[in-house]
Amino acid sequence: MKFTSWFLPVLFTCIGLWGLGQGVDVYAALVRGAEEGLGILLRIVPALMALLPAIAMLRASGAVEWLAEAWEPLWTALGIPPECAPLMLARPVSGSGALAVAGELIRTYGPDSHIGRVAAVMMGSTETTFYTAAVYFGAAGIRKTRHAIPAALIADLTGFLAAAWTVSWLFGPN
Amino acid sequence: MVLTALWTGMAALSLLFGAALGRMDAVSEAALSGAASAVELGLSMAGALCLWNGVMEVLRQSGLAEKLAKGFRPLLRRLFPKAGKDPETLAAISANVTANLLGLGNAATPPGIQAVRRMARGLDGRADREVCRLVVLNTASIQLIPATVASLRAAAGCTAPFDILPAVWITSFLSAGAGLLAETLFSRLGGTRP
Repeated sequence: MKFTSWFLPVLFTCIGLWGLGQGVDVYAALVRGAEEGLGILLRIVPALMALLPAIAMLRASGAVEWLAEAWEPLWTALGIPPECAPLMLARPVSGSGALAVAGELIRTYGPDSHIGRVAAVMMGSTETTFYTAAVYFGAAGIRKTRHAIPAALIADLTGFLAAAWTVSWLFGPN
Repeated sequence: MVLTALWTGMAALSLLFGAALGRMDAVSEAALSGAASAVELGLSMAGALCLWNGVMEVLRQSGLAEKLAKGFRPLLRRLFPKAGKDPETLAAISANVTANLLGLGNAATPPGIQAVRRMARGLDGRADREVCRLVVLNTASIQLIPATVASLRAAAGCTAPFDILPAVWITSFLSAGAGLLAETLFSRLGGTRP
């Protein structure tokens, strides 16, 4: 029995009791939230349909292996699995696109593989930088964004590197 | 547009490599199986995703976010000394940050927009340091429980989809820290204007 196996049962019980204590119709809220989840899914699946064939083609063509081999010194130096490179490209641009790439990596290599874990951590600790920045600057009518985008991209890059390092550190290399 | 370039680039690369290595049969097959696996992946993560959204809705309705937001105000007043003088802006920033921490993306955007609009008054379309800082804080993920990616892992047959939590926390902390640090450095390099 793993410690993390306790997480969900304990969380659900606490949330149910807390909600009851606050006078929330817990069941109705659960159903409403789940309905919203379907909406999110509806936005994700079309992006999956566009991106997964392209990724599958790339993998079948042997281009990914080439990318991994030709650039090996760079990846080794950074400690990042080369298979995660497409994810790093897609992440700042499109949330659903990055989710498609990460999902493919997790399924192909397994959720508990080194690559699968690095992809999951990269995905879980970064945001869709360009989209978010566009929403906020657009809403505020700001045209001169100054150093916000470079700083945000440095945060993303740090996240990608740190994802590979922390996974190696906590789960062992490879 | 970046995605268009990425997508077209991937297609062109697979054509090139498929032709060079004589793997065109496999490439063409992969295109179709890729589309099919999109539906599979979507369906397999639907359950966990919807369940999690339900849980978060209970938290939202129970007012947990507001309670947390109040607790964050002193810290945020330090991070946003100018905007923090206006109580309404500070409340909006703290609602935004709390919703981000809880992973309530849809709930984070409205107060975030409200805050940045108030902060942009009188700036004449030029971001000041605090606006940049708020945007950096929003483009860095500070989400405590990455539920979507956990449902992806669960869909792939993972028995402990949340075992990545410590790694995600450390990584998020480093990433957001680097973003805020870079914001400070860049603004120093760029001159003394606030």
